Amino acid sequence: MPKATKITKGPLKGATQDDIHEFYRMMLLIRRFEERAGQLYGMGHIAGFCHLYIGQEAVVTGMQAAITDGDQVITGYRDHGHMLACGMDPKGVMAELTGREGGYSRGKGGSMHMFSKEKNFYGGHGIVGAQVPIGTGLAMSNRYKGSDRVCLTYFGDGATNQGQVYEAFNMASLWKLPVVYVIENNMYAMGTSVERASAETELYKRGISFEIEGEEVDGMDVMAVKKAGEKAVKHARSGKGPYILEMKTYRYRGHSMSDPAKYRKREEVDDIRSHRDPIEGLKHQMIDAEIATEDELKALDKEIKAIVKDAADFALESPEPDPAELWTDVLREAEAV
Amino acid sequence: MSVDILMPALSPTMEEGTLSKWLKKEGDRIESGDVIAEIETDKATMEVEAVDEGTLARILIPEGTEGVKVNAVIALLAEEGEDTSDVSACEPAANGSAIEAEAPSPPPAPEPAPATMGHNSANLIDPDLPEGTSFTDTAIRDALRDAMAEEMRRDDKVLILGEEVAEYQGAYKVTRELLQEFGAERVIDTPITEHGFAGVGVGLAFGGLKPIVEFMTFNFAMQAIDQIINSAAKTLYMSGGQMGCPIVFRGPNGAAARVGAQHSQDYAPWYGHVPGLKVIAPYDAADAKGLLKAAIRDPNPVVFLEHELLYGESHPVPDLDDYVLPIGKAKIRREGRHVTLTAHSRMVGFALKAAEILAGDGIEAEVIDLRTIRPLDTQTIVESVKKTNRIVTCEEAWRFMGVGAEICATVVNEAFDYLDAPPTRVTQKDVPLPYAGNLEALSLPGTEDIVAAARTVCEGM
Repeated sequence: MPKATKITKGPLKGATQDDIHEFYRMMLLIRRFEERAGQLYGMGHIAGFCHLYIGQEAVVTGMQAAITDGDQVITGYRDHGHMLACGMDPKGVMAELTGREGGYSRGKGGSMHMFSKEKNFYGGHGIVGAQVPIGTGLAMSNRYKGSDRVCLTYFGDGATNQGQVYEAFNMASLWKLPVVYVIENNMYAMGTSVERASAETELYKRGISFEIEGEEVDGMDVMAVKKAGEKAVKHARSGKGPYILEMKTYRYRGHSMSDPAKYRKREEVDDIRSHRDPIEGLKHQMIDAEIATEDELKALDKEIKAIVKDAADFALESPEPDPAELWTDVLREAEAV
Repeated sequence: MSVDILMPALSPTMEEGTLSKWLKKEGDRIESGDVIAEIETDKATMEVEAVDEGTLARILIPEGTEGVKVNAVIALLAEEGEDTSDVSACEPAANGSAIEAEAPSPPPAPEPAPATMGHNSANLIDPDLPEGTSFTDTAIRDALRDAMAEEMRRDDKVLILGEEVAEYQGAYKVTRELLQEFGAERVIDTPITEHGFAGVGVGLAFGGLKPIVEFMTFNFAMQAIDQIINSAAKTLYMSGGQMGCPIVFRGPNGAAARVGAQHSQDYAPWYGHVPGLKVIAPYDAADAKGLLKAAIRDPNPVVFLEHELLYGESHPVPDLDDYVLPIGKAKIRREGRHVTLTAHSRMVGFALKAAEILAGDGIEAEVIDLRTIRPLDTQTIVESVKKTNRIVTCEEAWRFMGVGAEICATVVNEAFDYLDAPPTRVTQKDVPLPYAGNLEALSLPGTEDIVAAARTVCEGM
């Protein structure tokens, strides 16, 4: 059973047993959630764009462990994992995917557009790179308010070729804003590999001309992510300005549900799955360190499956939004002047 | 209980496909994520990954089958501990007919009552000025400055950022002395980086502040229009009402003098098109002040269009501590009974001059200063047309898809039986604004164009 005792040796060193169990649980939740989302998409219950996070689970799980309550998170459109990691309810997320009243945006946002002020999750943005200046602005609002909060601003390897990313880098560094830029390099911007799109393929170096420190991280290893995340967050929180983390990660599924992923070989996917999978990797480390047994993890898997099933059931049972919702939330009522 | 494996859809529009290949056979152990089959449509081939784990008990649709409907059961999976021989299925109908997707009949759309486009402005009233209120002649740039300074004093969440707004005191001196009063934390010089600082502004607003983003001119805001529309205007809706964006994007808009095509454009119709935005374009100093104060207080993104050629013009502004005007209320600047002239921003001045000239011909023009482009005060316009039976719309933007087009369509819709002449538009000529002085003058609409158009609609009156 999990404990608060710290592990003192091996690859899990420094974390408590509770932490490790939570990492495993969260990564598994994201994986099972996404598999179910893929299935519901295949059955026609989820429409439009649906970008699955399968394979990248260690990134958000490790980064979430590196921040504290009140720090903000913002990302692009591959956002389901981020929402779950922020503690948003799987039911509300799944019901948004099915476009129902019970969804986080009451069915009006969809896969790419969900928010939770309560959980400090600021979206869910569908335009590649747009979240980068916005996250930078959130960081600036922290400083303006005299708070020591940090904003984690996630984006993909594809977004690193958007101009506004560098406009944001420049201002963040110029004004020493408390923002950590997390580049999730899953090697393909839709169907275009980093090599085919980027003159500088080591993306953590993209901040050099803005004097932003960066480092490359094994994004398939939750412990490595957490460690790098803690360093970066500390840097940003202490007033030294932004920091870039390039997470080397991989998505097992296509760019979106309608992508047959013909631009890469099945063997490449299989190789990473069998040798670098973040969940399998942690599982072996936990068993080796004797902080979990196969049976315990199996029981956990069952528990997660039940959570995901409940989310899926909720997402299918929740009614479509009332037709009157068509006209709400376009504008906020102004205060009387 | 066995688990049904269904024919998946590659896209929301796919109805059926070919099950081209099975990569697992009956009796094989399957982990979630394993590729079990390949399916194809005329557009793509895709691998089917298992979601559940277990043993492949039955393959119901053999490989090579064409026209397999989406959601048809293609195989059965025995879960752990289940005997695969127990797994039986109702034989699928030939070609694997799927559960027919119910086509939900769309409910009738509710009657729209949005006050976001055109609207009834009866409940919006300019504040009464107390008896004996004095007025001070104020240049528009100073009225705008005073509005910002007052709101910054009133609410410490208000801050301003943009190019040259602080140390330089504003490219057009609209932010003069704000840095001195409020300091560099609240009056922030940005690099030349419109897309970036517009996005930073949105982030500040999401973070609970009330930023004013100054564009040196709205021509440069085209670099930032994605953040204005996709991030600022749409997020409240996309978040189901959670994430509002109280922000003002302001700066000079429209033609300046001899600066050529890239620095001379009226964006009122561009932003006026977008639900989720409010769009304001004042003409005189009092309105500039009262409406900018309202814009800063408004909980929504507001595009505030000023005019470079008006910054130096002075008008009386009431000496009141807190002069705030309602957004969405047009102002009748001159009453008349023969023709309605609508205009915003600088064109209001030309329309008033035109009315003066027309009066000499015996044509009494009613001049409506739109003040707000969105929500447009259609009520005031329609009521006026019901009285005058004629309308000429005046704007500095191009005619095609312009503000005038919207007004004319509204008038035709709501006051058709009252019209004695076709609604007519005065606009910029349909060319990029030329540099040469004579061509520029030919291109831009002015008093003479309005007079001519009004005379035409009043012919035979």
